[in-house]
Amino acid sequence: MRPFVYDRAATIDRAVQLGAHTASGQADAPVQFLAGGTTVLDLMKLDVMTPQTVIDITPLKPSLRTIETGPAGLRLGAGVTMAEAAGHDGVRTQYPVIADSLKLAASAQIRNMATLGGNVLQRTRCGYYRDPSWSRCNKRVPGSGCEALTGPNRNHAVLGVSKACIAQYPGDFAVALVALEAQVEVDGPDGRRTLPFEAVHRGPDQPHIEHSLKPGELITGFFVPPGAWTRSSLYLKIRDRASYEFAIASAAVALDLDGDVVRDVRIGLGGMAYRPWRAREAEALLKGEPLSEDAAEAAARAALKGAVTHEDNAYKPELGRRTLVRALLEAARMEA
Amino acid sequence: MDDQTKPPLRDGPSRRGLFGAFGLAAGALAAPPVAAAPTGSEGHAPVTLSVNGREHRLTLDVRTTLLDALREHMDLTGAKKGCDHGQCGACTVHVDGSRVLSCLTLAISAEGRKVVTIEGLAKDGELHPMQQAFIDHDGFQCGYCTPGQIMSAVACVQEGHAATDDDIREYMSGNLCRCAAYPRIVAAIRQARGQMGAA
Repeated sequence: MRPFVYDRAATIDRAVQLGAHTASGQADAPVQFLAGGTTVLDLMKLDVMTPQTVIDITPLKPSLRTIETGPAGLRLGAGVTMAEAAGHDGVRTQYPVIADSLKLAASAQIRNMATLGGNVLQRTRCGYYRDPSWSRCNKRVPGSGCEALTGPNRNHAVLGVSKACIAQYPGDFAVALVALEAQVEVDGPDGRRTLPFEAVHRGPDQPHIEHSLKPGELITGFFVPPGAWTRSSLYLKIRDRASYEFAIASAAVALDLDGDVVRDVRIGLGGMAYRPWRAREAEALLKGEPLSEDAAEAAARAALKGAVTHEDNAYKPELGRRTLVRALLEAARMEA
Repeated sequence: MDDQTKPPLRDGPSRRGLFGAFGLAAGALAAPPVAAAPTGSEGHAPVTLSVNGREHRLTLDVRTTLLDALREHMDLTGAKKGCDHGQCGACTVHVDGSRVLSCLTLAISAEGRKVVTIEGLAKDGELHPMQQAFIDHDGFQCGYCTPGQIMSAVACVQEGHAATDDDIREYMSGNLCRCAAYPRIVAAIRQARGQMGAA
């Protein structure tokens, strides 16, 4: 690990002030916030991230550690750990898709450490990104090329990819957030603002620019609007091991049924997309229709219609379709 | 790589050069034009850690992980360095009562928090029920992962995540055992679960 200046921020204002001294809010920025450390320290050891200053925001955690549930929706502080949110009664009963997405992610130790704010900004697991001995990686070294296009790419994305990058967004929680139309609250040098969670992660045209947060901006919380669909929601995660593994396909489904007719539905896909993926085409096909297996299959086909595969991940569109069909049918049973 | 003794920079081209565009920001960091006084530490810094009820006053390179601080600066070599990337669980310790990975925790970040390692588990020379259970059930072969397994297992029971064998397997999945002593580890946790509850 390269030398860095270690600093601590005891207040959000101080964190923002220190963080503002950076020309970019991205992974290559010279100033990085440190919360749980499970991504930043890992990537610093790998020499993928080489910040000159690390701002420890652990002292902020108490003020960012609140969970509020009620008729107005759900608010999750950015300093809440994955374990705390996954085990919260209100989250488990009112927003099971969120609790499931967190419980099925990482290990118990990592869930105790990692905060929700950091979790959504975790970096891809693309082996070429994580290993700087590969000189070509557009995400790490802008304009250098992409080894994954022709190298082993079994775990790479099929939705939302470009010729510049096919890295997969690895997280689960963000897939639930994108499905539930969550908002993100950030504090920064220009004050506080709220933006749709879907606007946080950017597309692959400039792979090194991963998110839309400005320099010095710190995620302070997430807001999930209420809806009849949040209770009948689930996260289905398909992976190579039964536990402690990233998804190769996943679906976040939230369903509001009137009898067997879909009044409303929200769908997010993970494990196969460049960024947390909302499957709007599938939602549109299902709305107002009876939720049969055929309807679920038609919706899943629509969701994966734009998939672009490479040599080793050609299995993903079919796996993704089956995952979504199963998730929809299981969510329908939750309502019964 | 030993953070304490090796020179910080490697041979070969520095990736810093790639960040030429951020030179301005780097300059600003050297003399931050902010109202509050800079408090940052570079190089070595005094770090006080509370480990197993004892206070340790150390001077550490700020890059030192809690794991390296325990092993190299406090002679507490129970916590093991397996992968050093948060993937294997061999370095598991308790910080403020919850199980965490000491390899992905900066020692300086652990200031003011209570750290418990495998060395702090036995009380008055008597093994913790989980330690005894691992012996009773032969829950290891080579033993390298065992301190991490035991620290994780104690927390697993305390969290209430050891009610069934499936729960134990799920909530212990962050501790790898390459000798594959898993069935015996599950049996050990099952035994200690009852004894810990009674304690």
